[in-house]
Amino acid sequence: MIQTVSQKQVHQDITSHFEKKSSGIIPRTITLTSVIIIISILAFIVIDIFYNGIGTISWEFLSSPPKNGMESGGIFPAIFGTVALVFLMTIAVIPIGVMTALYLHEYRNSTSKVTRLIRIAINNLASIPSIVFGLFGLGFFIGFIGTGIDSIFYSSSRPVWGQPAIVWSALTMSLLTLPVVIISTEEALRTIPQEMKDASYALGATKLQTIRKIVLPQAMPGILTGAILAINRGAGEVAPIMFTGAAYYLPYLPHKLNDQFMEMGYHIFVMATQSPDIEATKPILYGTVLVLLLLTFSLNFMAILFRYKLRTRKVRT
Amino acid sequence: MKKYNFKKQSRIIEFIGEKFIAINAFVALAAVLLIFIFIFKEALPIFYDEFIQEEVTIEKMIVKQSFSEGREAKFSWQPNSDNPRYSLLPLFIGTLKASIVAMLFAIPLGVGGAIYSSQFASKKMREVIKPAIEMLSGIPSVVLGFFALIVLASILQNIFGFTYRLNAINAGIALGIAVIPIIFTISEDALTSVPESLSDAALALGANKWQVSSTVILPAALPGIAAGIILGFGRAIGETMIVLMASGNAAVISASFSDSIRTFSATIASELAEVVFGSAHYSVLFFWVVYFSYSHLS
Repeated sequence: MIQTVSQKQVHQDITSHFEKKSSGIIPRTITLTSVIIIISILAFIVIDIFYNGIGTISWEFLSSPPKNGMESGGIFPAIFGTVALVFLMTIAVIPIGVMTALYLHEYRNSTSKVTRLIRIAINNLASIPSIVFGLFGLGFFIGFIGTGIDSIFYSSSRPVWGQPAIVWSALTMSLLTLPVVIISTEEALRTIPQEMKDASYALGATKLQTIRKIVLPQAMPGILTGAILAINRGAGEVAPIMFTGAAYYLPYLPHKLNDQFMEMGYHIFVMATQSPDIEATKPILYGTVLVLLLLTFSLNFMAILFRYKLRTRKVRT
Repeated sequence: MKKYNFKKQSRIIEFIGEKFIAINAFVALAAVLLIFIFIFKEALPIFYDEFIQEEVTIEKMIVKQSFSEGREAKFSWQPNSDNPRYSLLPLFIGTLKASIVAMLFAIPLGVGGAIYSSQFASKKMREVIKPAIEMLSGIPSVVLGFFALIVLASILQNIFGFTYRLNAINAGIALGIAVIPIIFTISEDALTSVPESLSDAALALGANKWQVSSTVILPAALPGIAAGIILGFGRAIGETMIVLMASGNAAVISASFSDSIRTFSATIASELAEVVFGSAHYSVLFFWVVYFSYSHLS
């Protein structure tokens, strides 16, 4: 009897000690306020853009070109340009990113000097500001490679490749998004159990065959995640394409690799900063922002789903 | 015989495949090297080209210059005047002002949010916070710039009565919104990766939950949080579109945060399209990119 009472008391003592909230309540409220502020900022931005932009969006807005100096009409050329840009970018960045990850993960062990060097390079590439990529694209792709092609293959004085063009924008953007693809592919490669690869080797498969038949299919969710994140980044960045190919207004859609193009982000930037009458362009501006935001949010959502799939598989194996 | 041929063939494919993959793996390395070489190449003429040195030297970028004889010498950024002056002080102050406001705004929110999410939040709450942060980081910077230009600037002007609608505070807050996800994510990673044995030991010694958080977990996670803040600062300096749209782009020297500012990144973005290839102005812009990229490496 006495024992149980004292036990109870001790238990109460301990629990009350652990649940004593007085010492934690102040930091708890302060940090909770931070969270609430962050979420309200997000909510405010999203609601403001939805509220003001939803009225503009119609089939006509999405499918027709701008008219009257951007004050009416739609944004179809900008949407087309964005899609074309990220399509070309994806073609360039996915093979290179996946192969880099394969090389780091399958061909080299993680402590070798080469691996470390490449990893440092990837980290650096990820931390370079996007405007620097724009300068690089202007100087290297247009000024060096484009002009080089012109001087070798074309005799006319008018630049053919040595001018801002969608292909140079896409290549610049693919350098910017390369780290994203490499990192998420590597994350996927890490979840593939060694036993599976060993089993493949035991059946007489070569390294390349193992990679093609075992490693790559298993890494698919990770590669897709990387691709989606890269597309997301590519669709949203404006600084790298400002000098390398984006145009303010074009009467035609880009149909050759060396055409200039219109792009949603750049369209927003130009309309917001260089429009003579901001009130008149505002509805279209909001509509464009809403389309871009919907695009990036849905891409983000897809990436989260794929990553979730990958994570749950890791638990299962 | 046939089998032997097959093996030989596959060995060749194997060899070529490996080399091909290896070549691709070096693209990232080559890109980084090329970026640095190229930017240095474009910036270097400042140090030796006589024509450019007549117009601008490193000394002229730091010391006060006057517009003409007899006029008062000032720090001014006027690359397009008849007597171009390239003082970097106005831009440096502008960049600093915007980043200071951004950090003052983002650190309490980012770190505070990370502490709440890792120490106090219930599982359900965390499932709200994490996607919210992910959404915030998914907003393209041009959209944030647009928001700051059209909406935030008006709100701030109505509240504080700024003379200039676009100013350092406006641009700084928008930058801060862009930086919050970085600080939050890295701080939260640092806070959750503190080994459980440490907090278990403190709990066993009779500390309550907040005592464990404040005396064990926070100090252990501090280096990680600091790394997040530094990365966020780097992003704030390098971010272009937001400051280009929301800062007013006027290169003035003042201590007031309610004046318009012009930052390095915005200057590069707005002026590079118009400069003459290989001119002094061109080299100066690239010279900053060097400075810029290095501030990131550190």
